[in-house]
Amino acid sequence: MDLFNAIIQVLDSTIRLSVPLLLACLAGLYSERAGIFDIGLEGKMLVGAFAGAAAAAVFHSALIGLGMAILISVAFAMVHGFASITHRGNQIVSGVAINFIASGSTVLLGQAWFKQGGRTPALQPGERFEAITWPGADAVRDVPILGPIYSELISGHSILVYFAFAMVPFTWWVLFRTRFGLRMRAVGENPAAVDTAGISVTWLRYRALICTGVLTGVAGAYLSMVQNGGFVKDMTAGKGYIALAALIFAKWKPVNAMFACLLFGFLDAAAIRLQGTPLPVIGKVPVQFMQALPYILTVILLAGFIGKAIPPRAGGVPYVKER
Amino acid sequence: MAQAAIELIGINKSFGAVRANRDINLEVTRGTIHGIVGENGAGKSTLMSILYGFYQADSGEIRVGGKPASIKTSNDAIALGIGMVHQHFMLVDNFSVLENIILGAESNALLKSSITKARSELDRLEREYGLEVDPDALIEELPVGLQQRVEILKALYRGAEILILDEPTGVLTPAEADHLFRILKQLKEQGKTVVLITHKLREIMAITDTVSVMRQGTMVATRETSKTTVEELAELMVGRRVLLRVEKGEAEAGAVKLSVRNLTVKDQRGVTMVDDVSLDVRAGEIVGIAGVAGNGQSELLEAISGIRRAVSGTVMLDGKPIDVTGVADPGELRDRGLAHVPEDRHHVGLVLAFEEHENSILGYHDKQRFLKGPFLNVDAIMADAKDKIAKYDIRPGNPRLKTANFSGGNQQKIVLAREIEQDPGVLIVGQPTRGVDVGAIEFIHKRLIAMRDQGKAVLVVSVELDEIRSLCDRILVMFAGRIVGERGPDATEGELGLLMAGVEQQEAAQ
Repeated sequence: MDLFNAIIQVLDSTIRLSVPLLLACLAGLYSERAGIFDIGLEGKMLVGAFAGAAAAAVFHSALIGLGMAILISVAFAMVHGFASITHRGNQIVSGVAINFIASGSTVLLGQAWFKQGGRTPALQPGERFEAITWPGADAVRDVPILGPIYSELISGHSILVYFAFAMVPFTWWVLFRTRFGLRMRAVGENPAAVDTAGISVTWLRYRALICTGVLTGVAGAYLSMVQNGGFVKDMTAGKGYIALAALIFAKWKPVNAMFACLLFGFLDAAAIRLQGTPLPVIGKVPVQFMQALPYILTVILLAGFIGKAIPPRAGGVPYVKER
Repeated sequence: MAQAAIELIGINKSFGAVRANRDINLEVTRGTIHGIVGENGAGKSTLMSILYGFYQADSGEIRVGGKPASIKTSNDAIALGIGMVHQHFMLVDNFSVLENIILGAESNALLKSSITKARSELDRLEREYGLEVDPDALIEELPVGLQQRVEILKALYRGAEILILDEPTGVLTPAEADHLFRILKQLKEQGKTVVLITHKLREIMAITDTVSVMRQGTMVATRETSKTTVEELAELMVGRRVLLRVEKGEAEAGAVKLSVRNLTVKDQRGVTMVDDVSLDVRAGEIVGIAGVAGNGQSELLEAISGIRRAVSGTVMLDGKPIDVTGVADPGELRDRGLAHVPEDRHHVGLVLAFEEHENSILGYHDKQRFLKGPFLNVDAIMADAKDKIAKYDIRPGNPRLKTANFSGGNQQKIVLAREIEQDPGVLIVGQPTRGVDVGAIEFIHKRLIAMRDQGKAVLVVSVELDEIRSLCDRILVMFAGRIVGERGPDATEGELGLLMAGVEQQEAAQ
């Protein structure tokens, strides 16, 4: 039973750890499917986390915090759009710039406003998103096997967790069942086809980036208002990049993205759980190795060992009407 | 008097200092096929892009169906019943035919009803015009002829009454082109108006009712097709008399200079592109390889010139082997007297961002005469570039100008000058006149024949049958990686067309 409990615990933290990855990964999916590389996921999550925690602490409301996180994150997405869509700048350079601005400005503003070394004040109950206990979760806790699965894994998460997982079928539906999705996929493959069909490439790409901003905003809010009780300097800690790796790993498909993020979340959870614990046969596994695994897996994928990851064809290329 | 479908009045359009369209007037009669011919850069495509709302004219008026029309975006054009089939298809390769057809013409925010509607509408269009295509096939799995059909269906689905086709036959086999013409005639019978942009005069003569000629941004003439000739149109296009078929004497073939035996080449995906090909090129002859693009000609050229590794086979240059399956490299081959004018001058033949004089020595830049110690001898390079400019009539004659700013024909002359002036024993030329205007074609053909008459061996690959037939002493036809036949220069187009489509081979197999 101990082993079972341990597994449940690892899976539970797998879910918690994969949520920010999943939100960021889906965010990247919208922009990359529309042909805009977005290495600035990391930065947008970070400003979202800061704005969310700061607003929640000041206005004593988790919802205002979430709204602020989304607003600021979308604003940063629009900066990326302005540089790379309107002015046809290099998307990688723009994304990197956003990451730098995010990393610097959050600490600077945090120190100026709250004087806690760049942190935001610790959030009080009501300023955070609390776990939701599903009906009957406590009653069935002692039922063997199914009880813990229901009360630990399914019940007892914050609303943002359910939102993240609900976004997976929703994103699939948007991509493959709506006009917006069809056009968005088309603009990532061949913007000239979209342009000659009488649709604005620019507006379409901006709308995709708004979706990206909303999702990175929620991802940031999750980090500072659910996982943590406030904002800490550079708290995204590379999750934006892992999300990009997951996006490649998922071949730009929403359901695959969920499994990729769960896998990477699981590796993270396992790394924490196995810290210092020797495994049979292998012995002690260095934490660093587990942390590097998502990247190693992605490189293996890119090298063509697990099928082929073909990015949207117009990705990274600013659209210029040709003569 | 038949009604005008389109009237363009006093259209002007400039791109920076370049005046692409000057004071153009054009009237297209409803229910006719109207051809627009002109050299590359004459402004045909710009004019049609203005009509389709891709660009906006600086001044001038457009009337559609007699009413003044303001066309600011492609949407406006589509709403006015104008459809366009672009030279490079505007299709999303990994979408299905249906998805491509509804893109931009969806009936509401969800796809389901659009797809149902498109499916039945497509069915109707197929029956009405004989445009069969599998609605669920992915575009990338369709041959180009069918992809083009999807483009036409796209326009018809949007209710196009006026269909503009920009260089539609460039990618088609002669048989596919004939099929396209039958479709266009059928559209005309149904009362649609067709505007056909092309530089192939034969097509104009075969299918159009009226033809307009453009030269350097102006509309120089409009003629009834039945009352004009190919010679007159060519003269109008270029502004002077042109020899459509270059005069040349009999070839005096000498010793074998280049000998290919059992060459097999695979592409990146591992697909066999060149399959057991053998051929000889002798001194003093031009050998042409005809075929529809994508039948292995490119890979054959690349293997012989050392750019692509062959899987097996041997190639002998002047009786000595080239290590085509191993370490042959283009630099070494140049030293041995094998010059190569690549098919794709933009990506392989030139560095477009370089100045003209830099491109004119590229690949030969380590020759002693261009060097001063470890440095480039700029004076010598400049003198050499000016010499080539004069000899090949490269315009504008400025060796300091960025290569991207030269026209297609002049860029090709830069590459040809570079390779020919090295005085190679064997010259390999891929698509000698692709995207090159009529005047320059004549010049390039004369140069190649002069090479032949000096006793050089020339191997030409071209998808233009007219070119192959007027230039070459022997014609080899490639289909699906194999050489399926050899003909003399007097072979008819129909005969070569059948070979190019692989017809004989299939019949023999049955």
